[in-house]
Amino acid sequence: MGAQLRVYKRRIKSVTATKKITKAMEMIAASRIVKAQRQVAASTPYASELTRAVKAVATGSTTKHPLTTEVDSPARAAVLLITSDRGLAGGYNSNAIKASERLIERLKAEGKEVDTYIVGRKGVAYYAFRERKVTKSWTGFTDSPTYGNAKAVAEPLIEAVTQETAEGGVDELHIVFTEFVSMMTQTPIDDRLLPLSLADTAEEAEGKQEILPLFDFEPSAEDVLDALLPRYVESRIYNALLQSAASKHAATRRAMKSATDNAEELIKSLTRLANAARQAEITQEISEIVGGASALADATAGSD
Amino acid sequence: MAAELHVELVAADRSVWSGEATLVVARTTSGDIGVMPGHQPLLGVLESGPITIRTSDGGTVVAAVHGGFISFADNKLSLLAEIAELADEIDIARAERALERAKADTDAAAERRAEVRLVAAAGSR
Repeated sequence: MGAQLRVYKRRIKSVTATKKITKAMEMIAASRIVKAQRQVAASTPYASELTRAVKAVATGSTTKHPLTTEVDSPARAAVLLITSDRGLAGGYNSNAIKASERLIERLKAEGKEVDTYIVGRKGVAYYAFRERKVTKSWTGFTDSPTYGNAKAVAEPLIEAVTQETAEGGVDELHIVFTEFVSMMTQTPIDDRLLPLSLADTAEEAEGKQEILPLFDFEPSAEDVLDALLPRYVESRIYNALLQSAASKHAATRRAMKSATDNAEELIKSLTRLANAARQAEITQEISEIVGGASALADATAGSD
Repeated sequence: MAAELHVELVAADRSVWSGEATLVVARTTSGDIGVMPGHQPLLGVLESGPITIRTSDGGTVVAAVHGGFISFADNKLSLLAEIAELADEIDIARAERALERAKADTDAAAERRAEVRLVAAAGSR
């Protein structure tokens, strides 16, 4: 075997091995999307009932609560950025980080200080590399988050919101995560969790043509709201974590699919080149033999 | 046909039970409350405790919930709980072990959770 041909054969072998790996990763990601989607669906009834209840209290009572009232001049805002622990997901992490950068810039332009909270190793690494301050970060559960994880994330955030701004508390709570629109589309979005924007909720209610009844609160509207809002924040964060996980798997699947396709393409062109090299080798061998034979025939003819 | 109300018992990560019922008894922070069809709209905070649902076919469903809310409107009752378990899902041996452990560690919250589980499991038998 000629040197040229051997080089091609070796490259084909290595690309084939890579293709097998990316194909396996694609299939794993595909099966995880389904699981993550099922989890999103399973958490939906709780989230929607909770949203309905929050809406009912917010519209049905005149209670003022620190978590629902907008401060006249908000001085500090918390931003929760959700990224993934592992890469190999195309633009998934950088898109989420870019969205958070835009949001932080906007908040700073409005004259607010920004505290960052980060979920996922990729986001943490991004901030660590640029030596930026991170208030708190969590890693290790982004592939399949549980409600316990969401609770752990929500706790310091709720604490920060309830604290006075002068003592290091925040007035607003924003969240940046990747929304799972479909298998093909995932968009990073930023959302304000607190204070609750009643305009949004009123709009939704209007859309559904739903008139909320006058509720009887047990024990009292304040107590219900006190208990309800932390749960609401937790469930929103849980939902964001689940959607981000589903989006991450979808992004991984897409990235791995294109890697597999590229490997296939590469194998195809390398095979062509290898075939050409082999053919050239054979042609050369034949011409060498023919040349040798005719030289031999010429020599014997000459000696006769 | 007797009046019925629709019940949805949902935990944070799944829907636990749903169906028609004639009576639901739950424990709120200000005491036990029974909800029958046509009750006035209600929104309450639940305590850790057992929930009893009398279904319209005469059966009884008991579940243990740990924290959460009860909301009733338009003959639809939603029970939202961070953790909710049906009585027949509860592993009694495990709950007993958890109770022992909680008592040893003097962890009041864990002790209460284990007790509620056992009460709910006993209530359905």
